[in-house]
Amino acid sequence: MKPVTRISSRSVVLNVNDVDTDQIIPARFLTTTSRDGLGKNLFYDWRYAADGSLNDGFVLNDPQFANCRILVAGNNFGCGSSREHAPWALLDFGLQAVISTEIADIFRGNALKNGLLPVVVDPETHGWLVDHPAADLQIDVRDSSLTLPDGRKVHYPIDTFARFCLLEGVDQLGYLQNNEKAITEFEERRSWKP
Amino acid sequence: MPQNGRTLFDKVWSQHVVVPETDDTPAILYIDLHLIHEVTTPQAFSLLRERGLRVRRPDLTLGTMDHSTPTVPVRNFRDLAIVGEDAARQVGKMQENCKEFGLELHGFDSPNRGIVHVIGPELGATQPGKTIVCGDSHTSTHGAFGALAFGIGTTEVGHVLATQCLLQRKPKTLAIVIDGELQTGVSAKDLILATIGQIGVDGGTGHVIEYRGSAIRSLDMDGRMTVCNMSIEAGARAGMIAPDDTTFEYLRGRPRCPSGAAWEAALQRWRRLASDDDAHFDREVRVDGSALSPMVTFGTNPGMVVPVSDAVPDHGGDPSFRKALNYMQMEPGKAISDIAVDVVFVGSCTNSRLSDLQQAAGLLRGKKVASGVRMLVVPGSQQIKKQAEDAGLDEIFLAAGAEWRESGCSMCLGMNGDTVAAGKLSVSTSNRNFEGRQGVGARTVLASPLTAAASAIEGKVADPRKYLEANR
Ligand code: SF4
Repeated sequence: MKPVTRISSRSVVLNVNDVDTDQIIPARFLTTTSRDGLGKNLFYDWRYAADGSLNDGFVLNDPQFANCRILVAGNNFGCGSSREHAPWALLDFGLQAVISTEIADIFRGNALKNGLLPVVVDPETHGWLVDHPAADLQIDVRDSSLTLPDGRKVHYPIDTFARFCLLEGVDQLGYLQNNEKAITEFEERRSWKP
Repeated sequence: MPQNGRTLFDKVWSQHVVVPETDDTPAILYIDLHLIHEVTTPQAFSLLRERGLRVRRPDLTLGTMDHSTPTVPVRNFRDLAIVGEDAARQVGKMQENCKEFGLELHGFDSPNRGIVHVIGPELGATQPGKTIVCGDSHTSTHGAFGALAFGIGTTEVGHVLATQCLLQRKPKTLAIVIDGELQTGVSAKDLILATIGQIGVDGGTGHVIEYRGSAIRSLDMDGRMTVCNMSIEAGARAGMIAPDDTTFEYLRGRPRCPSGAAWEAALQRWRRLASDDDAHFDREVRVDGSALSPMVTFGTNPGMVVPVSDAVPDHGGDPSFRKALNYMQMEPGKAISDIAVDVVFVGSCTNSRLSDLQQAAGLLRGKKVASGVRMLVVPGSQQIKKQAEDAGLDEIFLAAGAEWRESGCSMCLGMNGDTVAAGKLSVSTSNRNFEGRQGVGARTVLASPLTAAASAIEGKVADPRKYLEANR
């Protein structure tokens, strides 16, 4: 994983509540055995019409939002299936952060492990972001802050350990492996064995 | 006065902490059972290979193939034709990976193959007090046995394969207390749909649910699994029910359960798991079980739910609500009983167990699926298929004009070729009515097996109670 310290980008707004991971990446694209190349299928059934043509009304197809790295989404983003293909697809498409008032648990964990930043803000800030698409935003991981175009800073919650992993670009498997001794001792000291 | 009582969740959690959490680091939590299937594991095995790692505990890992596997009836498993090259490759990879890493896999030739959340309990691998994970959000199902069971992503599948552990922050606890006696025609599915409707699809976010109360205690294990299965649809990663005699009777004699003196020792340990009387929950919600009706969804998430006897509600201008109704081709005020049905699906890890099939068959016996309606019945496992056939349920379904299939996820997520066509309406016993879940443009109404069967007969979304009362 590449270190993530700061994301500066204009925002693209998809203000729909309860966007589930089946929308982010439909199940029929989960037959892949790799993590790569999922971006082309991101939000497939919203981006494309039934005949495969581009759906001009969908915000991610709007050329004025091309290259936006920050997605402002509705409440409870990423609910439903645990498929890690969802953050893989968002990242492969070029998005680096998702801002919402609430982000579903499993999706949030998966996102952090891949360097996609989940940012939860208060309803007032969220309302402002929804009303101002294409806003120039800066998200800093070091002090967990979101800076709005007028310079106002909002802090977002992030787990200390997850932040450390993002900043250093380290993955959590290495940390677990370093605890090998503790794991073996645990296996030996348990009063019952599974 | 300080409360020292501990919840079921606290007890299971604390028994599995390898390294406690601190402000800077999450807890290292030991995993007793890792269930794997073909869709969410290939990238994890690739990682193991890249790093030259082995699977730490093959003996605590159990694999099946369910998501992309065909369910068309065959005489011999060798005749199964997998739909799509990618799916075939994925299934092939699963077989290769399990062979290379020495893992037990219930593949096409196993009489124990089935949906991952059906076979864990069926084999007795799911037990009270265990920590159970799977790269699948409906792992919450196993909480019905008093296990702490939750879905994980593929990166975490790699962590568990390599270390048998996960890094976790301790979640909060939510008690959902459901008292009262369920009325005739009201099942576990209706109970959980009504609960999600009450607390919302994000009502459980950040929490582990414990379902409590007399309505929960009186459910059999199949019903308890239906309830815990849908915890994730309320945003909770896990849902648990304290183990009791119903649990123990279900498990006794199952292949992976202890026997003899070890069984007695396990029973003693399991009986201590229930939450203490003075246990503290971070939140508590109450639901009146006796006031519940058969429930169905009308929108595009499981919280958009009403009694089958009601009409589609109105939420004014809320854009997300309007988007959902638009997709479903529903109007506020439309009677649920006026919704025409194209497809009925009885199956999925929510409602594909023997008692689910018995309920659907009981209502269909001697009746016909309405003309123009396609009904698909997909048992949760090959074992259940056999039990159902021994009880003659397959004949009831076939005589009614329904299709009787091999086990698998099937039309729950439409990865294996079993899909609902665009614009068609499906009454489904599965757990997700998301846009496109059962096929591109498919419209899904979630319901119990009884409601699904009644809807198949009428060709419209139907209240099962009239059939049950007539039979009394
Ligand atoms: S039946 Fe449906 S919900 Fe259950 S594991 Fe299979 S795809 Fe997932």
